Amino acid sequence: MSQLKKTALNEAHRKLGGRMIDFGGWDMPVQYAAGTVEEHLAVRAAAGIFDVSHMGEIEVRGPQSLDLIQHLTTNDAGKLSDGQAQYSGLTYPEGTFVDDILVHRFAPDHYFLCVNASNTDKDFDWIRSHASGFDAEVKNVSANYTQLAIQGPKALEILQSLADVDLAPIKYYWFTRGNVDGVPAIIARTGYTGEDGFEIYFDPNESERVWNKIMESGKSRGILPCGLAARNTLRLEAKMALYGNDIDDTTTALEADLGWICKLNKGDFIGRDRLAEQKEKGLTRKLIGFEVTDKGIARDHYPIFINGKEAGVVTSGSHAPYLKKSIGLGYLPIEHTGVGTDFEVDVRGRRLAARVVQTPFYKRTK
Amino acid sequence: MAAYPDDLHYTKDHEWIRVSGDTGAIGITDFAQEQLGDVVHVQLPHVGEKFDAHATFGEVESVKTFSELYTPVSGEVIEINEALADAPELVNTSPYGDGWMVKIKLSDPGQVDSLLSASEYEDFVESQKEE
Repeated sequence: MSQLKKTALNEAHRKLGGRMIDFGGWDMPVQYAAGTVEEHLAVRAAAGIFDVSHMGEIEVRGPQSLDLIQHLTTNDAGKLSDGQAQYSGLTYPEGTFVDDILVHRFAPDHYFLCVNASNTDKDFDWIRSHASGFDAEVKNVSANYTQLAIQGPKALEILQSLADVDLAPIKYYWFTRGNVDGVPAIIARTGYTGEDGFEIYFDPNESERVWNKIMESGKSRGILPCGLAARNTLRLEAKMALYGNDIDDTTTALEADLGWICKLNKGDFIGRDRLAEQKEKGLTRKLIGFEVTDKGIARDHYPIFINGKEAGVVTSGSHAPYLKKSIGLGYLPIEHTGVGTDFEVDVRGRRLAARVVQTPFYKRTK
Repeated sequence: MAAYPDDLHYTKDHEWIRVSGDTGAIGITDFAQEQLGDVVHVQLPHVGEKFDAHATFGEVESVKTFSELYTPVSGEVIEINEALADAPELVNTSPYGDGWMVKIKLSDPGQVDSLLSASEYEDFVESQKEE
């Protein structure tokens, strides 16, 4: 077995009672002493801090950076201003996902991509293999950054107590550079929880000090360290897709109900033709959100049955700690994707009743 | 630290049974609930169902995972813990008390002798941890 990769905070997680698991080759905390439900609820009510340093960062620099990114991604990076970020798809010619990513624009000739941990090398190779015709330099800078997510209604207050820039004016999906406890950082108002909050990127050597300072400042405000399990249930309630589960190299952005990141009129890009064709002909299946109306949990990969016939599969399924319901995502034939459609999920031999519902399951009140 | 009350009998599947006369209450151990994390659903059998020893009588689901429940000894279900339907977290907060799962009428009380004592179970748990 190969050695697991560790973030700079590995020791800190262990000290906090983190239960460590192998997450795509990374030794990461799945939960801390409080447990997943408490951690999840802390983010909805107050704040949570997540070490997401396993996520990858790729920098694109040079005069044709934008052209390269436009060529590779589904969303329109041409719409970005300096200090703005966008959610986008990195797609194959088939319109399916290499990865889903965040594109940040530092300057017209300088972009910063945040990519999924387990896809970092694949993404980097993919981008580089298409960069030869462009005057742009692509660098995997993942090792240069610790990434922390501070999420929840108290995130602003907590992070502001340590930052030397005014954070309140930063709009959702915008970012700034500033110091957090004196450490230079990229401070982005982004997240994967359905709450207000920030993701900060900074020098790994400062990891433990910054983490401890945030914990200290957040203590009286109800902050909890949160593991991967809470990150998963939070993102699921907010219906944010998880690569490897809800989207992958077999599902297109349109099938994943991510039409809003497919800007088919922005000009050509890899996968555009297939997506345009799919849009014109109509989808045959789509990702839907469902609620299990019987007691039980429809977990990842369980088969879905409609009128007694296998018709799809659960891509993400869990108990939803805030909503106190059993929810999930899955692909269904397009004719069965209407809200209110009843179906069944095979839960280890038991057929549980489920229903297509409106998503997101959870939406915060502003 | 997990607790192991002396008045219970244990299995290597991390169930316990509290025997009184020819009936017994069954639940999962403190160690088991700790490993599972937040319990969100317990699937229980119906009163009247009969099970052999070491048979699957239900399932316990946590946010992260699920685990089958095994009977420590053979018997017939005479009561299920209805409270768990609305408060499955009792399995976490009171694994040996309000978090009990079923009561059975033992078909062969002698089977209890083959179960682990508290100290034997504790040794077993410690040996598992070392692996």
